[in-house]
Amino acid sequence: MSLEVKTEQPIVVPQSIIQPKESRLRDFLSIMMVNKAAMVGAIIILFYIFIAIFAPILAPYDPYEIQLENKLMPPSFEHWMGTDDKGRDILSRILYGSRLSMGVGFAAVAFGAFFGIIFGLVAGYYGKWVDSIIMRIMDVMLAFPGILLALAIISALGPSLINVTIAVGAFSVPLFARIVRGSTLEVKRLEYIDAIRSLGANDFTIIFKHIFPNILSPIIVQGTLRLATAILSAAGLSFLGLGAQPPSPEWGTMLSNGRDFLFSAPYIALFPGMAISILVLGFNIFGDGLRDAFDPRMKK
Amino acid sequence: MLMFIIRRLVQTVPVIIGVTFVVFFIMQLVPGDPAVLLAGEGASKDTIEAIREQLGLNRPLYVQYFDYLMNLANGDFGVSLKNSQPVLDEILVRLPITLELALFSILITIVLGMGAGIISAVKPYSMQDVGVMLVALIGISLPSFWFGLMLMYFFSVKLQILPVAGWDSLLHVILPALTLGAGGAAIVARMTRSSMLDVIRQDYIRTARAKGLRERLIIYKHALRNALIPVITVVGLQFGALLGGTVLVESIFAINGLGRMIVDAIRMRDLPMVQGGVLFASLIFVIVNLFVDVFYRFFNKRIELN
Repeated sequence: MSLEVKTEQPIVVPQSIIQPKESRLRDFLSIMMVNKAAMVGAIIILFYIFIAIFAPILAPYDPYEIQLENKLMPPSFEHWMGTDDKGRDILSRILYGSRLSMGVGFAAVAFGAFFGIIFGLVAGYYGKWVDSIIMRIMDVMLAFPGILLALAIISALGPSLINVTIAVGAFSVPLFARIVRGSTLEVKRLEYIDAIRSLGANDFTIIFKHIFPNILSPIIVQGTLRLATAILSAAGLSFLGLGAQPPSPEWGTMLSNGRDFLFSAPYIALFPGMAISILVLGFNIFGDGLRDAFDPRMKK
Repeated sequence: MLMFIIRRLVQTVPVIIGVTFVVFFIMQLVPGDPAVLLAGEGASKDTIEAIREQLGLNRPLYVQYFDYLMNLANGDFGVSLKNSQPVLDEILVRLPITLELALFSILITIVLGMGAGIISAVKPYSMQDVGVMLVALIGISLPSFWFGLMLMYFFSVKLQILPVAGWDSLLHVILPALTLGAGGAAIVARMTRSSMLDVIRQDYIRTARAKGLRERLIIYKHALRNALIPVITVVGLQFGALLGGTVLVESIFAINGLGRMIVDAIRMRDLPMVQGGVLFASLIFVIVNLFVDVFYRFFNKRIELN
């Protein structure tokens, strides 16, 4: 393998790639501090994570305890968000539900990212027919509109929260693969990869030790924005009765229950929906901020 | 242009075959023996064997897949396990409703989205820009199934000016179409704004301004035309999300379209119906994407130059 520097075509090197890690982190933090919206997003997400961790301490009631004498009570000092048709405290259920809804979102994105990153790295690094085959498979997965691929998977595996996680994760694989492939193509042309290869490093080491750490920025941005979509999709599938099953306090399931009482007790549907919306908003704002922070063009 | 269309059509064929492949093999993931499932509980071994023979389930998988493809080519999407009717018949009854809903929704996506995007881009970083973009960000984050329920509560239960559910008149269309179109509108608004801002910074817009053309003319005649080209792709992609979204919206508003058919079929474990519905919706999406690409190519001369 030659170490010749090819000069016919200028190689566009994103600044984020050639900067040392510390300065990248410092740049990122300083931009994030300026980007107030992203800070708001981060605070929202941290708030939800706090709630999920401390739900047993924060929840005033047992989320599963049925108290029929308290059913359909509107919001009051005793029950801040009211009670549902079985007398369960809605606030407590939402607090506990954050574990399920966020857990499914994180697990689905982790699943999608894991396979997407591997496919993207392999396709981008090896190119040629390996790239063609992998990316055509990804194209096929993207040919399914919206959550229909997830629906097909659930119809085969059966409704459950774990299957929703797999289905929503599968739906994210091609999106990660595309982004990772693009970034890999960019990085593998850089001289340092040639240098490492000439030192005798094998493909595995080059891909995972030298390329992967340098393409993390777009993966993190995509991951954050995918979290928003994954949480929405998973809640939507549970809303349809295809994910978490009652009496689970999963937000989509709670909303589905609230639909039956829209006329008499609209607050049953109101609060779980608000919980989802604010969390998804947090991820979207934070994702937007991350994108700006990682984008070299935004640096003045 | 003709070569492009032909090339694009040829490229679509493997994608369509790939989609049929994925749908076929996902159904192989169903736990348990389909013949046993079909025969029902307590069926005799002979009955199960007969069903297996009848459906060709005892043949190798690739033969089954090839047969499946051949059947699809002949318009045979299988038979519903629940009412023994051809799946395609049911799809064709439901499809017009879903397409109608999708078209009204995409109209809302385009009009609301582009309108909001233009309003934002004309005065960037102003209060109106920040306000519109904030609403768009919230729009992207709202779960459609919750937004739909809240619209239903407000307009149908409280104000009682729109029907709660069903699909009988134009009034029935408003809430479902708004529910389905709002998320896409928010995405299109963001895209239109950033695309407009990119174009407005171009030299030819500065030239137009230097010539003393009226601002309105510059925005609507010179900037908008070019800014809309990338937006077209986003609208095309939104159509896919929208088709997927009909599943939720049709369930909320009790609309007997393709989306609700798929959900009901999953609940009743009617796998051929799920298979047919998902496949058909995907085929529509692939074809819409094809049109969007051709449309994009037609309007974007720059691609040709490159």
